Amino acid sequence: MPDRYHIHTVAAPAWFHRVGKFANVDWREDCSRCSNCVKLRCLYDVYRHESAFNRDPLAEGATLDECKACLSCVQGCTKGLLDVSVNPEYLDMGGEYWTPAVILTTWNQADNGRIPVSGAGYRGRFHGPGFDSIWTDMSEIVRPTRDGIHGREYISTSVDIGPKPLRLEFTPDGRMLTPPLRLLEIQLPVILDMPAWKEQGARLAGARIAAAMELKTLAVVRAGEAVQALPRQLPSVVPIVAAEDIANCQDILEGARMAQVKDGPDVVALAGKLRAINDELMIAVRLPLSPAAAERILALNREGLKVFQLCAGQQGCEKLGNGRRGRHIKDALREVHGRLVTAGLRDEITLIVSGGIALAEHMAKAIICGADLVAVDTALLVALGCRVCRDAHPRDAQGEAQCGLGELCPAETDSVDRDYATQRMVNLMGAWHSQLIEVLGAMGIREVRRLRGEVGRAIFMEDIEKEAFGDICRVPRSQVSA
Amino acid sequence: MSTSNAVVQALVPAGPPEPEARESRESGEAVYSDWPQEPVAREIRLAPDRYRNALGKYKVDRSAACASCGRCTEACQYGVHSKPEGYAFVLRPADNFCIGPACADTAESCVAQCPHQALTVRPNPSAQAMGDPRWSSDLILSTWHEASTGRPAPPHLEGRTGASGGGFDSLRFKFEVPGFEARPSLPPGTEIDTGLDLNHRGDGRPQIHIDLPVYGGGMSFGSVSIHTILGKARAAVAWNTFTCTGEGGYHDRLRPYDDHVITQVATGLFGVREDTIQRVRIVEFKYAQGAKPGLGGHLLGDKNTPAVARMREAVAGNALFSPFPFHSVYSVEDHKKHVDWIKEVNPHCLVSVKVSTPTDVDMVAVGSYYAGAHIIHLDGSYGGTGAAPDIAKKNIAMPIEYAVPKVHKFLVAEGIRDKVTLIASGGIRTAYDALKTIALGADGVVVGTVEMVALGCVRCACCESGRGCPRGIASTDPELMMQMSLDWASQRLINLNFAWREEMADALARLGMTSIRELRGRTDLLCYLSDDPVSPAEVTL
Repeated sequence: MPDRYHIHTVAAPAWFHRVGKFANVDWREDCSRCSNCVKLRCLYDVYRHESAFNRDPLAEGATLDECKACLSCVQGCTKGLLDVSVNPEYLDMGGEYWTPAVILTTWNQADNGRIPVSGAGYRGRFHGPGFDSIWTDMSEIVRPTRDGIHGREYISTSVDIGPKPLRLEFTPDGRMLTPPLRLLEIQLPVILDMPAWKEQGARLAGARIAAAMELKTLAVVRAGEAVQALPRQLPSVVPIVAAEDIANCQDILEGARMAQVKDGPDVVALAGKLRAINDELMIAVRLPLSPAAAERILALNREGLKVFQLCAGQQGCEKLGNGRRGRHIKDALREVHGRLVTAGLRDEITLIVSGGIALAEHMAKAIICGADLVAVDTALLVALGCRVCRDAHPRDAQGEAQCGLGELCPAETDSVDRDYATQRMVNLMGAWHSQLIEVLGAMGIREVRRLRGEVGRAIFMEDIEKEAFGDICRVPRSQVSA
Repeated sequence: MSTSNAVVQALVPAGPPEPEARESRESGEAVYSDWPQEPVAREIRLAPDRYRNALGKYKVDRSAACASCGRCTEACQYGVHSKPEGYAFVLRPADNFCIGPACADTAESCVAQCPHQALTVRPNPSAQAMGDPRWSSDLILSTWHEASTGRPAPPHLEGRTGASGGGFDSLRFKFEVPGFEARPSLPPGTEIDTGLDLNHRGDGRPQIHIDLPVYGGGMSFGSVSIHTILGKARAAVAWNTFTCTGEGGYHDRLRPYDDHVITQVATGLFGVREDTIQRVRIVEFKYAQGAKPGLGGHLLGDKNTPAVARMREAVAGNALFSPFPFHSVYSVEDHKKHVDWIKEVNPHCLVSVKVSTPTDVDMVAVGSYYAGAHIIHLDGSYGGTGAAPDIAKKNIAMPIEYAVPKVHKFLVAEGIRDKVTLIASGGIRTAYDALKTIALGADGVVVGTVEMVALGCVRCACCESGRGCPRGIASTDPELMMQMSLDWASQRLINLNFAWREEMADALARLGMTSIRELRGRTDLLCYLSDDPVSPAEVTL
C-alpha cells in the first residue's frame, strides 16, 4: 500500500509584526496600584507577555496584540480603569475582499499549519458576494465514507492535469489505438502561483519552488526565476515561457513536467516550439477569466491545447479591462464548465483557476464550480506578512495594486529567509489540505476529483433564498432603516 | 468555603435519595425517575452582572471638576448616579444603565444638569469591541439585561436582530415595518398561551407539554461546567421545559431534575446506559450537529479531566473523538432500528432525532418521521456552542432559516406535518428569532448560545484554548468554573425565559393570536428586507 499523502507542518512563528485585533487598552491616571491587579490574573498572560507592566503609566495606550477580548480585566479592575477597543491598525489591513480577518487567519495557519478552530458558533455575515453565497453540502446518514475525517479511510486530494480519454480504443487484434496516457498527478488541488501584482525577488520564487516540492505540487515561476531551481526541483517547476526565453531555458524545459504560456496570437506556435524541446511537457495556457474565456478555450482545444489557467482578478472577478470587474469566479467558471460539458470536452480539458483564492473554502468552492484545481497566489504573500495594502500602491491597467521594489513591506519578499518562507507556505497549505478534507469528509466524498462541478453538492444562495423565502413579500431595507 | 472544597462538592453526586421520596414519585402510569425531584420557583429575582464593572453601551466619565453636589443623582432616572446617605462623594457611575444620547435634551440628562460640566457620555469602546455581525454588541448587552432583570431590553439596545445582513436579520414581522396595515390586536390582559405539546404521533405514549416553545440544547459536561449544566436544568424545571445532557454522559447531579432532562445518544455513546435512558421523558439521537455538520466531535485531552473521564467511561487525559456518523446506521431502516431500540428500553419516552441541514434535509425529516421519531430537531449550520473548525461553521450545510420552511413545506405536502413536532436550533438568538422560526414553520426552538451569553459569555470564542472559557462558563477548570455560582446561573436563565415569554406574548397579542401554535407556518405575517430594488407588485401591504 502506498504511503498516505501527509504534509509535515512545523511551527514557524512569524518574524514580522503581527497586528492583533484587540490592541488598545486605555489607561486613566488614577490607577491605585492595588495588589489585586487584573493584569496579573489575565488568563492568557497577555500583559506580561507584552511587557505592559513596565510601560510608562502616563502613555495614552498600550497595544496588546495577543488579547482575546474576554474583557475579564475590563470588568474586574478594582477601579474600572481599563478599556479594550478594536485596534485601528487591524482595521486598516486589507480591504473588502482580503479582510483583516482573512489576513489574520492566514497568518495563524502559516504559523503552525493547524486549521482554525473557535467556539461559540459562526460569527460573520449571513452571506456575501462570490464564494460567500455558497454553502457546501453534508451527508446526514447514508454516506460512502464510514469513518469521516477521524477514521481509517483515506480521503484523496490528488488531481490529474492533462486530457483524460473517455474510453480506450483498440484494433481488432487487440492493439491499443489510444495514445499513451500522459497525466501529471499532483497531491493537492493547488499549485503555487506568482502573486499577480507584485514585483518579487528571486528568493520568494525559490521558496515557492521548495514548498511545491515538499507539497508534491507545482510552483509557477517566471522563466528567469526558474534558473535557480536545482535539477531535482525541476519536476516541481512550471516556468512561464515567452518566445524570447526559450534559448535560455533549454535545461529547465527538459527537466520540467509542465510549462505555461500566456495567451496571445502566437500561443499555438509557441507551444509547438516547447513540445519540440520536450515532447512530454504539459503546456498550460494562461488566460484571463473573461466572458470570452469559454470560446477561447474551445478554439485552443481545437489546436491541441488542453490545459488552461483562468486568471481572475485579486478579488476573484473577471477582468474586463480598465480595472472593471465582471462576474465572480462562482458564476463565470460555472459557465465555462457548463460549456465544456455540453461540448462533451470536459474530461479532455483541465481548468485551473486563480485570483481571489484567499481561504481553504474558496478552493473547495471553486472546484465545485467547475475547476479541476486552483492556483494560489496572494495568500502565499499574506502568509509571509503581506497586509494586502490596498491604497498605498499605484494601480495597473487592471486596477490591481502594484507593490514596488524597495518599499517597506512587512512581507520582506526581497530579503525573506528562504527556509522560513518555505515552511510558512507549507504550513498554510497543510492547514488548507486539512480543511479540504473536512469539507470532503462532511460530504462523504472520498476524493477531490469527484467534487469537480458537483453543484448538486452545494447550496447556492440565490436558489435557496427563492425556495425558502420566495413566498414572503419583499420590502426595501431602506424602509426599515429610515 | 475554600475553592477546593467547593469544587469537590460541585463534582460529587448529592448522595442517595431518601427511600420515602422515591416511593412518593411512583404515581400515575408512566414512571421515569426514581430520584426525588427538586422544584425550582418560577419567579423573577434580580441577578446582576457578576463582575465588578458591568458593561454598558455607553461610558459615563466623571472628571475632577465634580463637586459631589448630587444633582446628577436627582436628574438621572435610570440609576446611573447614586450618592448613598451618609456618603460625602457620589459613587462611580453605574454606566451600564446609561441610555446614552437619548436623554440628552431632557431634564433627565446628567450631562446637561451638572453645574460643573464634570460629566461626559461616550460610546463604550469595550462594548464596541465585543460581539460580531451575528451577535452584535447590542444583542449581547440586551441579553444580559434580560437575564439580569427578567424584562425585555430597553429601547436604546437593539435586542431583536443582529447585524449579519441576512436570515433572521433580514426578516421582520409586518407590524415592525412602517407602511403595513396593523392587524387587530388583542385587548390588554388577554391570556396568551406559549405552551407546546410534543407528542403528535398518537401512538399511546404520554403527552409532554412545555410552557415555552423553547428548550435548552445539548452541552456536555466537559465542554461546559457543572454549574452551567445545572443552571440550565434548574431553569428548565422552573419553566416546565427541558434541557439536554449533550453527549458527554448523564451527570449524577442532574438526577433531581430528571423529569426535565433530555438524554442524548450520540455517536460516541459516552456514558449511555439503559438506566440513563429509562429515567428521562425524552431521548435524543444526535446524528449531526450544526456547528460541525458531517464531522465528528473532538474533546481535547486537556478537557478530559478525571471527572469528565469517569462520566464518559474513558481514560482521563486522552482526547476523545465522537465519530461521524453512527457506525450502526447505514440506512433509514437502520435508523428505525435505533429508534425502536430506545422505545423498547423506555416504553414511555418520546424520541427526538437531531439532524443537521444538508440539501436533502426535507427527505431526512420525512425518513425520521417514518422511523418513529416524535420530534425532528433541525440544527442549522450557524449555531453551536462548542469549539468547531471555522470552515465547518461558516460553510457546511444550510442555515436554519432556510431549512425550516423547506422541511415544513415538505412535511405538509407529505400530509404528516401535524403528526410530528418540528424543533429548530442553530442561531436562535432572541425571542424574535424564535417567533420568526415558528412563523417559518417550526413548532418550537432549541437554544444554546443565548444561554451562554445570559451567563456572561462575551463570545470571545476561546472556549477551546488552554484552560477553557475565561469567563468560567465552558470550562471544567476548578478555578475558572467557580467564578459563577449555581444560584446565580439558574436565576439568570429563569429571568431570560421571563423576558422571552413577555416578548412572545406581546408579539402574539399584536398579531391577534392567543396561542403560539397559531403562528406556525404563517409566513404571510413576515416580510423580507431586500437590498435589491423591489417592485411595488412584490410588496403586499
